[in-house]
Amino acid sequence: MSTFFGGLDNHLPALLVGVPLLFAFLMPLAERVHRRLTDILAVTGMGLTSLCGVLLAIRVFTTGAVGYAFGAASPDEMLPPDSGGVPVRILFTVDALGAFMVLIISVVGLATLVYSVTREDRHGEKATFYALFLLLTAGVSGMVATGDLFNLFVFLEISSLAGAALVAVRMDRGVAVEAALKYALLSATGGLLFLLGVALLYTQYGSLNIAFIARELRMTGLDTVAVALLAVPMAMKCGAVPMHFWMPDAYSRAPAGVTAFLVVSSQCAMYVLFRSLFTLFHRRLDLAMFGWFVIALGVLSMFIGVTMAIPQKDVKRLMAYHAISQSGYMLLGVGVGLAVLGKPELLDAYGRKAMAGGIFHIMNHALYKGLLFLTAGAVIYRTGQRDLNNLGGLGHQMGWTMLCFMAGALAIAGIPPFNGFASKFLLYESVFRFNPFLSIIAILVSVLTLASFMKVFHSMFMGPRLPRFAEVREAPLPMVVSMGVLAVLVILGGLFPTVVVEHIIEPAVVALLEQSEYIQTVMER
Amino acid sequence: MLLDLPFVAVGLIAVIGLGAMIAKKNLIKVILGLGLLEGAVNLFLVAVGYRQDGIAPIFTNAPEGVMVMPTVQALTLTAIVIGVATLALLLTMAMAIHRHYKTLNVERIVKLKG
Amino acid sequence: MKKIVRTAARLLYPFAFIYGAYIVLHGHLTPGGGFQGGAVIATGFALMLAAHGPGELSGIFKRAALNICEVAGLLIFVLAGFGGLTHGRAFLFNWLANAGGLFGHSVAHGPNPGDLNTGGLVPLLNIAVGLEVLGALSLIIYYMMTFANHIEEGGPDDAA
Repeated sequence: MSTFFGGLDNHLPALLVGVPLLFAFLMPLAERVHRRLTDILAVTGMGLTSLCGVLLAIRVFTTGAVGYAFGAASPDEMLPPDSGGVPVRILFTVDALGAFMVLIISVVGLATLVYSVTREDRHGEKATFYALFLLLTAGVSGMVATGDLFNLFVFLEISSLAGAALVAVRMDRGVAVEAALKYALLSATGGLLFLLGVALLYTQYGSLNIAFIARELRMTGLDTVAVALLAVPMAMKCGAVPMHFWMPDAYSRAPAGVTAFLVVSSQCAMYVLFRSLFTLFHRRLDLAMFGWFVIALGVLSMFIGVTMAIPQKDVKRLMAYHAISQSGYMLLGVGVGLAVLGKPELLDAYGRKAMAGGIFHIMNHALYKGLLFLTAGAVIYRTGQRDLNNLGGLGHQMGWTMLCFMAGALAIAGIPPFNGFASKFLLYESVFRFNPFLSIIAILVSVLTLASFMKVFHSMFMGPRLPRFAEVREAPLPMVVSMGVLAVLVILGGLFPTVVVEHIIEPAVVALLEQSEYIQTVMER
Repeated sequence: MLLDLPFVAVGLIAVIGLGAMIAKKNLIKVILGLGLLEGAVNLFLVAVGYRQDGIAPIFTNAPEGVMVMPTVQALTLTAIVIGVATLALLLTMAMAIHRHYKTLNVERIVKLKG
Repeated sequence: MKKIVRTAARLLYPFAFIYGAYIVLHGHLTPGGGFQGGAVIATGFALMLAAHGPGELSGIFKRAALNICEVAGLLIFVLAGFGGLTHGRAFLFNWLANAGGLFGHSVAHGPNPGDLNTGGLVPLLNIAVGLEVLGALSLIIYYMMTFANHIEEGGPDDAA
């Protein structure tokens, strides 16, 4: 793999951001040439980006963390020779956790773009849609790959703005713009608070590089304020209760392909949260307090998410509340790991397993939640109805869609042999040893989730054929293909969980727990 | 005391901006509150870089003296550009909302509930 | 009254353009650079737009011309970044500096009178960003004015 395209292999982190940007910038030109060209360019661009992402992930999982220095004479030059050991340039640092997120972005991104190719192009907005989608991809890829705090802020804002614009892209309905406005306002405020935290860290340590600050950190009062300023906006962006209010609106009003990718975007914000708590601050935090803070957010999100989902009539809004609930599982697992970070014996007993469960759940959630949103979108596309009371009997006409929905619903409820079961089982087992009460809440929420999705399945697909849906056919081929790919991955993840955990999740957990490899990638090359 | 004045101003402008975002009813004023908050954060970034009796960090025909930190100025510039893009997007959305809802009152732009 | 405004605008906008171009080109020597200069040039466009109204402009003020300007700026930036890759260096490496070609003179250390032909990739990126920003900001003002006119007149309810 090391002589791929004559050395392009070394430049994968830069290509991960550069290629989607290039194709996004080509969109306005392509639109002038021919409308079909935009579709071809978009799929090509996203395909190349996904390829770079997968190759980078393979490289990181086999040979260790990768660093990339922008604007240097050689990409390996992390520390300029005349800087006295201080990393001056903007660096990308991709360790196992970053590679894990890059893998998720690549897979779900390509699936949702192929799905979105079939959107009707009523007002000539498709080129804009593709450009925004590719910009969002570049933004989230940059967010998870970068090793520099201000660069992270810039990519965070790129993904927020592109995401908000994508939510509003169907401008002929006022409600979409209302949802997008809330999303944009909250994201912008969160981004500014994040910038304030970054500024506080810069004044004390004179550097923006995550590895450098992690090494030099002395926990002063300003640093405690900085932790809060870094963590709270990210918790808001991943939909943790009580800052979740934008999520149901934005997820339900955006086009379905966009929503599936917004799920990934929220999880990249969760990545930033974990990166700052674990790698940047590590053991110098008040671990009990922060660990329990994350756990509390998780439990609240799980419970309130599922209770608000049950009475919903709009199918996408229901799924959005479930997304909030599932984020709670991830926060719970990693929160338990954070709470016991300082006690090695507890960490080995159940801390690692809890974190593995939480991180595995990130991947599983991206896959099955994306799948569920895509199936809901297919149903709405063919029937024009989003209210559960008006749907019914579609199992006869949309068989493939129904199968894919079943895969996603069983996965989210945690039924074997789907992937949701594997990660939830890890979580139940380890959280029980930490605090049995929390584990019981988690199991209860799973039961409620199953009940909710049984209701949705019954309303959408079961029952006799309805006369008003007589002309409804199966969803178009690109939609079925993308849903099918995600469904297959959901099933594979459930059938072979140990393979996934051993090769992908364990390195990611180790990367979070051991701060030293991250610092070493930058400071001692 | 004089050197602390920028930071006092940052605090004041940030509080006014946040207050406007939370308390005002007109959507444009809420967005302007966000603009004020951005101004406060940018001012903080620039004020952090100041060195006592420093000169501008430009080598062209530079006089003698200690230069102020140039990195924070680059950060502020990037933040300003991001702010411009955000405000343009938000204001366009406000215009679209006005066309559909015929009002800019935040309390009445709540069709999505529950 | 309108005649006076339009004539004045038509006389004044070239000065805004020249001033903005100066800021863009000298970005590596004096304060300024791509975004700042581009924004100043966009004020020239804004002046013409405000004086004439969005429907009546032609030539370099047309939407298509501004769109091409914007896309050209973006593509120059990304391709210049990729140019570093083809020389075997990192992305956005300064492959023009000290090379004797465009913007390739070497710079003395410390305070110096400033030579315009230095800096390598930096002035090129400044020009690219300047082109992009002037196109983008002018288009934003253009579309906002068109949108606003539609709302005032109660125009046709199609998506803008």
